[in-house]
Amino acid sequence: MKTKLFAAAFLAAGLGMSGQAAAKDGLTLGIGLEPPHLDPTAGAAAAIDEVVYQNVFEGLTRIGPDGSVLPGLAAEWDVSDDGLTYSFKLRDGVTFHDGTAFDSADVLFSINRAMAEDSTNAQKGLFEPIATVAAPDAATVTIALKRPTGHFLFNLGWGDVVMVAPESADTNKTAPVGTGPFTFDRWSKGSEIRLKRNDAYWGDAAKLAKVSFKIMPDAASSAAALMSGDIDVFPNFGAPELLEQFRADPRFEVVVGTTEGETILSMNHANKALSDIRVRRAIAHAVDRQAIIDGAMFGSGTTIGSHFAPHHPAYVDLTGMYPHDVAKAKALLAEAGYASGLKLRLTLPPPSYARRGGEVIAAQLATVGIETEIIPVEWAQWLKQVFKTTDYDLTIVSHTEPFDIGIYARDSYYFNYKSERFNKVYAELTEAVDPAKRKALIGQAQTVLAEDSVNGFLFELAQNGVWKKGIKGLWANRPIQANDVTGAYWE
Amino acid sequence: MLDFVIRRLTVLAATLLVAALIIFLVMEVLPGDPAEVMLGLNAQPDTLAALRAQMGLDRPAPERFAVWVLAFLSGDLGISYTYDVPVAELIGERMGVTLPLALMAILLSTLIALPSGVLSATFRGRPADTVIMGIAQLGVAVPNFWFAILLILLFAVSLGWTSAGGFPGYEDGILPALGALLLPAIALALPQAAILARVTRSAVIDVLGEDYIRTARAKGLSGGVVLWRHAVRNALAAPLTIMGLQFSFLLAGTVIIENVFYLPGLGRLIFQAIAQRDLIVVKDIVVLLVGLVITVNFIVDMLYAWADPRLRQGDNNV
Amino acid sequence: MSDIRSIAAVRPRPGFSHRATHHPGFVIGGIITLVVLLTAALALVWTPYPVTSLNIAEKLRPFSAEHLLGTDHFGRDILSMLMVGAGNSVLVGLVAVGLGVGLGSPLGLYCAMRPGLISEAVMRASDLAFAFPALLTAVMITAIYGPGTINSIIAIGIFNIPVFARLTRGVSLSVWKMEYVTAARAIGVPSLQIARRHMLPNIASPLIVQATIQFALAILAEAGLSYLGLGTQPPQPSWGKMLHEAQTMLYFAPMLAILPGACIAVTVLGLNLLGDGLRDLLDPKLRHAAKPRNT
Repeated sequence: MKTKLFAAAFLAAGLGMSGQAAAKDGLTLGIGLEPPHLDPTAGAAAAIDEVVYQNVFEGLTRIGPDGSVLPGLAAEWDVSDDGLTYSFKLRDGVTFHDGTAFDSADVLFSINRAMAEDSTNAQKGLFEPIATVAAPDAATVTIALKRPTGHFLFNLGWGDVVMVAPESADTNKTAPVGTGPFTFDRWSKGSEIRLKRNDAYWGDAAKLAKVSFKIMPDAASSAAALMSGDIDVFPNFGAPELLEQFRADPRFEVVVGTTEGETILSMNHANKALSDIRVRRAIAHAVDRQAIIDGAMFGSGTTIGSHFAPHHPAYVDLTGMYPHDVAKAKALLAEAGYASGLKLRLTLPPPSYARRGGEVIAAQLATVGIETEIIPVEWAQWLKQVFKTTDYDLTIVSHTEPFDIGIYARDSYYFNYKSERFNKVYAELTEAVDPAKRKALIGQAQTVLAEDSVNGFLFELAQNGVWKKGIKGLWANRPIQANDVTGAYWE
Repeated sequence: MLDFVIRRLTVLAATLLVAALIIFLVMEVLPGDPAEVMLGLNAQPDTLAALRAQMGLDRPAPERFAVWVLAFLSGDLGISYTYDVPVAELIGERMGVTLPLALMAILLSTLIALPSGVLSATFRGRPADTVIMGIAQLGVAVPNFWFAILLILLFAVSLGWTSAGGFPGYEDGILPALGALLLPAIALALPQAAILARVTRSAVIDVLGEDYIRTARAKGLSGGVVLWRHAVRNALAAPLTIMGLQFSFLLAGTVIIENVFYLPGLGRLIFQAIAQRDLIVVKDIVVLLVGLVITVNFIVDMLYAWADPRLRQGDNNV
Repeated sequence: MSDIRSIAAVRPRPGFSHRATHHPGFVIGGIITLVVLLTAALALVWTPYPVTSLNIAEKLRPFSAEHLLGTDHFGRDILSMLMVGAGNSVLVGLVAVGLGVGLGSPLGLYCAMRPGLISEAVMRASDLAFAFPALLTAVMITAIYGPGTINSIIAIGIFNIPVFARLTRGVSLSVWKMEYVTAARAIGVPSLQIARRHMLPNIASPLIVQATIQFALAILAEAGLSYLGLGTQPPQPSWGKMLHEAQTMLYFAPMLAILPGACIAVTVLGLNLLGDGLRDLLDPKLRHAAKPRNT
């Protein structure tokens, strides 16, 4: 035993890979994807927000761990009775990391920049309802809307609407300058991004002095990095098959939270066979959701029956509408004229839920006589072939934006789904203000989608966090794609 | 000789230009628009157009090729589409991983291969030779990525001595950084060592059969002196040439090993760049690698020509 | 992986019988190769379990009587997958080498017999091809045309063309200059007839030896591509892909990674031994005929 220990120590020292206990005011997080750059107002990549949202950049409002809207750089606000004018009172004494003061001029600049013709903001839709922005004085901003917008304050909390300064906006991609409790320290491309505490922060100073985001694109090496102590926390661990070993390890806890990721088998309604509701229902019957969760996700995830997150208060459980039933599926296919079989393409983007889930679904569809050709693609091709030109039959993808049921009302969304019934419900919903009525309409919207069997609704992705024991103040859930470490501390 | 060098240099330059053209054309047909990838799912058409114009993607292909080549020649490798930093900087940063990795692998394989090759040659036909050559045969057959996984399985999973991948960077000192490269270097070195050991063995055997060695022996010099002072020294040319040739291929071979160990090196960069349609990075790296291979071959040719004047006249392609 | 095998050939030992049955490397290599080929053929018609149907209730079973080598994360029988994987590897190897021999050798022969602008261009093109790191180029090709068995075969096979073109040209040139060929040319025997009667028999041996080695290299290359997710696609099993899938499961199912890798290593070993053995048996002087080639 002694010699073994000695040998281990020797080798570990020799290899220099021994995990050093992290200093208690530093935190190392693992993230799966490297952000392309660090300006959340100029890119759609969730990986940007996962590093800088709330930590480096702040917006007028912010999203809390439970998905609620909290005050951010705006301390308070008033909404006019007609819901068209918002008046924000900005906080005092806020400065950007470069020392310049934050005031209403910066808000004007940020919003106008995002709305400009040549803007590269990825979520221009968030700004679309805005008619005018004005700054009556240095601490006040008023925003007039074209029409009432229920989610406007929530929308202002998105990473794409964070406040930037005119002096630094152009260089935020590589040297982000925000108002948050952490300042950007350095970025070793392909390996890690470091932040350090902003001692001039306007609010409560962060408890951590240093935060490092290590880029760990692969599950196996992430697991090893956690085990060796190179990483303290992996907020959203990609490989559910590896969780058991962390559950069994007293040094870690596995925190299972929720995400906004509805994982669906998207169907192209422009395909002749898939435009037939009987075929879509047959597919729904052919798919065994639990088997997909067990086989592809190693038990991690919650079945869904429509495009809606189960933890949402307005969720309606529709998972029983199409029980797994091979005979029923075959009968429906025969009725639709595909008794002799059907051949479809199944285009799969890179994440393992899609690649592995696709293998399971292909096998399940084969049992009812639907032959699938699996086409694995990179995200670039997926965006082009599936999302943009809708040259696909079936695909698997997780829709991770919060409350995104509205995509089914869009004209040319990649499902090519057109339903007067759904559009009517959704139009009513966007105008509705009464909470009870809203809830009922959200329920109706879910039911319409399930009845139309628009897509194969599979499961809600779980957020599987692996945390070293003793770390507190992190988010267990993922109401937006971010790793807010502003409240994190070691016990 | 000068004439020969100029002729070969012209060929070298032409080859590089053709290679650059091929790479450019290949990139042209790659499906997927880098601007779209950068903006993601909800990109608006006007945003896309703005970005495409900003990236120069709206210019005609021949113009882009000329711009790229001329800039490349002046040392400007362009700006990465995805990282928004100069490609040269990116490559330099990644070289900080790949270059030490490749050097360590070369060093390791030499340290293993030369002694075993010489040993094998001296004990030719005896059990030691059979064992060493058996291991070498195995070493050539084992895929390096599988060997890498076995190393991870042993040292990271079973023993828990090392991490299964990743790179700590150089900020925490050079030792942990080099330490993280050790397993990958071993994985890369094994097949190289196997090949090198076999080359060394046959080269030493060839030299041992030469007349002057027999003369030396006949003169009564001891076996050790003959072996080390004459045979090995003269036999080193072949393995050293192979090593020179292998180095550039080793750089490319790191693609797969860097993927196994998740090292942020050149190989991973190009793999990611292909996936993310960061075309300028792909083009630059491939041209650099191809250029490296061509240049190394050129240097080897030159050295041979310098050593053997007959080669300057004739055809040396066989 | 690189290959300098051709240079580093095991030298025939003095007093060593050249009869195949007494060449241990040849015998072992031959047996391994034969077993792999037979397994591949058998997998075409029979496997213990179907490899495309999943049985998630049976996942990650250890070795047992029902599943000799256990099951994977989808409950598929590992033995069956390895058998089909053998078929896949053999297919890739055969087609990739076939492509090289089929296109490369005629080119090389032509270049040897008809020196001139075209030959020069062909040889320059093959020089150029050698400058491209093969694995990297295969990655690019599969990225462009989409991953898959056929595309990876093409990506691997393309690089066999210059290999065989150079080899054939090299060997043919020396034959072409031999006196009896010169004599045949002098009396006006048609080129095609010379090629058939004198050249082909002489270049057959080195081609066979090189083909065996390229076969092994093709299997390695396909495994590498599949490992990177660019080669064979599901539901078709392949050794490289099995290895890729197994990597996240190393902690609880190491066999899933060990078995397919061992299959690759043993197959490549067998082919290399066979190649070396053939080289020794057919003509020891051929050691320097083949040029090193990397993947």
